[in-house]
Amino acid sequence: MSGLVASDLAVARGGVPLLAGVTFDVAPGRALILTGRNGIGKTTLLRTLAGLQPPLAGRVAPGGEHIAYGAHADGMKATLSVAENLGFWATLHGAGDIAPALAAFDLDDLRDRAAQHLSAGQRRRLGLARMLLTGRDIWLLDEPTVSLDRASVARFADAVRAHLGRGGIAVLATHVELGIEAKGLDLERYRVTGATGGPGGGDIFAEGAVE
Amino acid sequence: MIRILSRDVALAVRAGGGFGLSLAFFLIVVVLVPFGVGPETAVLAPIAPGILWLGALLACLLSLDRVFALDREDGALDLLATAPVPLEGVALAKAGAHWLTTGLPLSLAAPFLAVLLGLPAPGHLWLAVSLLVGTPALSLIGTFGAALTVGLKRGGLLLSLLVLPLYVPTLIFGADVARRGAEGLALGPPLALLGAVTAGCVALLPFATAAALRVSLR
Repeated sequence: MSGLVASDLAVARGGVPLLAGVTFDVAPGRALILTGRNGIGKTTLLRTLAGLQPPLAGRVAPGGEHIAYGAHADGMKATLSVAENLGFWATLHGAGDIAPALAAFDLDDLRDRAAQHLSAGQRRRLGLARMLLTGRDIWLLDEPTVSLDRASVARFADAVRAHLGRGGIAVLATHVELGIEAKGLDLERYRVTGATGGPGGGDIFAEGAVE
Repeated sequence: MIRILSRDVALAVRAGGGFGLSLAFFLIVVVLVPFGVGPETAVLAPIAPGILWLGALLACLLSLDRVFALDREDGALDLLATAPVPLEGVALAKAGAHWLTTGLPLSLAAPFLAVLLGLPAPGHLWLAVSLLVGTPALSLIGTFGAALTVGLKRGGLLLSLLVLPLYVPTLIFGADVARRGAEGLALGPPLALLGAVTAGCVALLPFATAAALRVSLR
């Protein structure tokens, strides 16, 4: 496990180039926080890092087998209970017991409740608890703290810190201050200008890499 | 893989899963046909194998657009694609779950419904056999079509158009097995061809489905 490296990465959504020349390097035990305004391509970049879509240019290492991806859509089935949902992903990833994940996100009391009867914040915690069960080194999280209360954000930050402490890597797209020691990466400088197709647009890439 | 299959079966059987839909549709078709063509056994018996096979085929088609669309909506498809399971395995598990919740119950219900259409007695067994052998191909082909159209809004129409021509060989051989069974004729060749179509689908289509999913996920 040698860290997450993206070199000269260009990504597109729906055929429109969004970001180009994205270069960064995250060492084991470190976190990277992506910032940038809505629509700049944070989700697209995370999906590309996760291997769900191919980059337009550049490369990402390592591949998908090291990566756990946590999106807005958490893949939890409404008619299954919390324990059934987590149990499914746990067996799929070869993780044994779901109890630590339930405890980490305070879901013990909710384990037999159907996911459709959870509040938005509880549901979000369920989605985040899945990350613990994947056993993957690299967590990619897209707006993980949406609809979480302050106590839950703190729990989440603890979970991320514990993950980093185990030598893991986290890449988060978030605007909330988590109190995690992390590098920031502002995507604004990698934005492809003229992406909507004006004359002379499309090749004005921001220069330079982030340290 | 087994885990994906059992989850999908559990989801289908629970409230809102659409398990009964195909079976109810099949029942309605078979019950209504005698009203449409008249109740004489002489008229019904010759067309019974064809009607039963057609009803089963259309009932299979009904639930196809749910195969991947629901998982796509709630993000589970992305997570399955990044999970340590090959997409080919996911495709096979999905087709298996679809068959267990549509093809299998349809095959088991068909002999009883065949009575309503006056199918002669030896035909009941062969009807069930032909459906048991043939419906896995319907689920596999349908899963492939669902994977091709999963990224599209309201892809159901395109799905039906894509899948129907691929269903034709299974329908021809399947109905032929049931007809020959009812008439007491030798049914080796059509049964072998029906099995060959299914075996070919099992061998090839999971790979095609996985390839289609990879494209759809982008």
